[in-house]
Amino acid sequence: MNATVRRLARSALLLLALLAALPVLATVARAQDISGALAKLTTDSYADTGEAIAALATSGHPRAAVIVQAIQDGRLEFDEASKTVALRTAAGLVDAAEGKTLASPPAGLTPVRVNNRVRSALSAAMGALTLMSPDPLKRREAAEAVFKSRDQGALATLEAALPKEGDARVRSAFEAARAAIVLYKTDATEDARVAASDILKARADQDAVATLRGLPSDTPKRVRDAAEGAAKSIETSLALWASVQNAVYGVSLGSVLLLAAIGLAITFGVMGIINMAHGEMVMLGAYTTFVVQEVIRAHAPGLFDWSLAIAIPLAFLVSGAVGVAIERGIIRFLYGRPLETLLATWGLSLILQQTVRSIFGANNREVGAPSWMSGSFEIGNLTMTWGRLWIVVFALAVFVGLILILKKTPAGLQMRAVTQNRAMASAMGIRTPFVDALTFGLGCGIAGIAGVALSQIDNVSPNLGQSYIIDSFMVVVFGGVGNLWGTLVGALTLGVVNKFLEPIAGAVLGKILVLVFIILFIQKRPRGLFALKGRAVES
Amino acid sequence: MIRHFLAKGLDTRVVIALIAILASAVLVPLANLALPESHPLHVPTYLLTLWGKYATYAALALALDLVWGYCGILSLGHGAFFALGGYAMGMYLMRQIGTRGVYGNPILPDFMVFLNWKELPWYWEGFDHFAFAMLMVVLVPGILAFVFGWFAFRSRVTGVYLSIITQALTYALLLAFFRNDMGFGGNNGLTDFKDIVGFNVQAQGTRASLFALSCLLVAAGLVLTAAIVNSKLGKVLIAIRDAESRTRFIGYRVATYKTFVFTVSAMLAGLAGALYVPQVGIINPSEFSPGNSIEAVIWVAVGGRGTLVGAIVGAVAVNWGKTWFTGVLPSFWLFALGGLFVLVTLFLPKGIVGTWSEWRAKRRAAPPADATPAPAE
Repeated sequence: MNATVRRLARSALLLLALLAALPVLATVARAQDISGALAKLTTDSYADTGEAIAALATSGHPRAAVIVQAIQDGRLEFDEASKTVALRTAAGLVDAAEGKTLASPPAGLTPVRVNNRVRSALSAAMGALTLMSPDPLKRREAAEAVFKSRDQGALATLEAALPKEGDARVRSAFEAARAAIVLYKTDATEDARVAASDILKARADQDAVATLRGLPSDTPKRVRDAAEGAAKSIETSLALWASVQNAVYGVSLGSVLLLAAIGLAITFGVMGIINMAHGEMVMLGAYTTFVVQEVIRAHAPGLFDWSLAIAIPLAFLVSGAVGVAIERGIIRFLYGRPLETLLATWGLSLILQQTVRSIFGANNREVGAPSWMSGSFEIGNLTMTWGRLWIVVFALAVFVGLILILKKTPAGLQMRAVTQNRAMASAMGIRTPFVDALTFGLGCGIAGIAGVALSQIDNVSPNLGQSYIIDSFMVVVFGGVGNLWGTLVGALTLGVVNKFLEPIAGAVLGKILVLVFIILFIQKRPRGLFALKGRAVES
Repeated sequence: MIRHFLAKGLDTRVVIALIAILASAVLVPLANLALPESHPLHVPTYLLTLWGKYATYAALALALDLVWGYCGILSLGHGAFFALGGYAMGMYLMRQIGTRGVYGNPILPDFMVFLNWKELPWYWEGFDHFAFAMLMVVLVPGILAFVFGWFAFRSRVTGVYLSIITQALTYALLLAFFRNDMGFGGNNGLTDFKDIVGFNVQAQGTRASLFALSCLLVAAGLVLTAAIVNSKLGKVLIAIRDAESRTRFIGYRVATYKTFVFTVSAMLAGLAGALYVPQVGIINPSEFSPGNSIEAVIWVAVGGRGTLVGAIVGAVAVNWGKTWFTGVLPSFWLFALGGLFVLVTLFLPKGIVGTWSEWRAKRRAAPPADATPAPAE
């Protein structure tokens, strides 16, 4: 209801604006006569076509947009002999100037030809013409096009449209476009041009810098200095935004690493089990999400937005159950032989991968995003997808949840007791084998939950886990074994460092540098960032 | 030293293995070259190359067994040394192509012309000389292992931490060699080889010689590693494996021993890689993938860690199984390999050779018990 009223009001305003603009336009264009321009279109010369298009754009003629569009689509045809210019439409040929159907079209009609120069004239003309479009999005796009082309012809249209523009964003786009034109207008006063560079400064993006820097060398020094100053200040703010962006993306990457590594922090960090099949637990979680979504699609499409919420407990159960089975079936026979555990779990990871490959196929499976996770939002110059933001939130939630389980529940107390002193815990009546299975299951279950989140940003394929296993180990080892806070700090540090290195060194080299850094770091502090102190170090 | 080694190092197991390897180094190429194709004992060339490949894997397994079986260093990055040796050989082979490449550039390999490089990078200089390339085959992996080991062992990085950072090492190299601007052919690696020391790589005679050389490398590697593990040095290595801190407290410089044996092992792995490349005809970054290095570990585990001969047996057996499986039941190979990892660690911790010796020892101990009551005349 409210929305309808608002929309009505906006259209009314727009209509008023247009009505007010029309007489101005008429005077600006001086004459609505486009016969001269049309005549130029019949000469079959690129130069003339370009001029004709520019003339059409500034003519203010009601059919100018239709004609320019027709040239762009190759539907405008001409006959040189009879000086006829006709539009080919679905209904047949119509007269270009009046839009009436041609009763007896001449026989020798050929389309108006375009080359690259004509095409750029066309897009500039379209830009100028769509400045008057009723759709604000189109107006903004048009303003952007004018901003880039700096077509002097569009200035009149812009100035006419500017005071009437209601939409703030379109208005600022208009202002920037006008400023770009004025800045380059050789016959404008210096004051106006300096003012224009100030307006461009407010725009503050890479295009504005390019515009400000692109001034020809014969521009008056004052204007050039003002432009250079504006460009410099934009670059400073851009650099600042870039750092902010790197930091935010780094936190985003760090939260992904945290999700992948946090289960490992339990199995490897707390229990000391090298679980090379950890990545496959993540993969199982991702495939659980896929299955849940398939079932929902088939039976209850309305629940799709809830699919991830449903998948989280299921993924925890699936991966956790597999984890408990692994612990009971294999790992418990290998306690105290870490290298053998490593090999056996690596073998398991191969088996799990191949099992999933046999069931679901080797190709990537598509996991959809619920509506509340798709799309993106902007803060200043920063674009962030909702999905990424939710993953950061989710990773932190899982982390806090895990800390609470370990510190505040009886099960967590028993887990810590068993890992700290097995014999004493056993003497106190704790069933250590049961707690071992439970702890390992918890670590694997958390990995499954991570898989639900990672299915949103990564390809769900049997190899999903392998791409995370090395990173996860790096995070845990870097952060310090046996310390969940270390894992948090480690993941975020590595994420942010990676993102800051990427623009300097490139994605791959950045990653290599991080790996080399960790290898060197382990030499210096073999027990990680936050090492556990105590006599049990040598084990 | 040598006499000591001959007396003690060459136990029956090693001698039998040496005889078998040397015999196949001579007989198999003969069966390929001398016998006509119709003869029942003729060995087809493809099989020769395949087993040549197994032989290089066996040498890699030997290198790994030296560090893992006798010094307790589980390296998950030995594939990196193997691949580095392979790349050094590949660079030599690339330079031998000369003007026969697609672009016919006498100096630059095809991929460099394709990337619009104007001159050869400095680290490619000298690789047109065979001797220099062979030097690099051992030096590059050796130096990397020395530097890596020097830092890691001095900081007392041990056990699984060492395994994880060796894995990170090979992973970092994998990523690095994927980059085009590293100058090693990027994703595609080095391939399209033509000649090796003047002989056509594809020719039957060259392949037979490469097979024989691979066998000789395994034999030489076996003699070398047996010499090391049976020397006094070898005893210290075993002491480090079993009780590192105690060995250190007795007064041995553990880091020095470990660095030495790690470097020797990396050099042997590099040589194996160098013989691997001309036989398979390509070297690309996937050789660095951590999975390959772990697979090499399972060869040693299957054959029996700390037995040397076991490493050779394991490498050949697992790879023969891989060839057989991928031919018959391709989708089951990963199940089989994964199952092998699990079953061997659970039920066969000493591997084939280790279990076999144990069984033999038991039997030898048992019969005298039966034999003693045999009535004397």
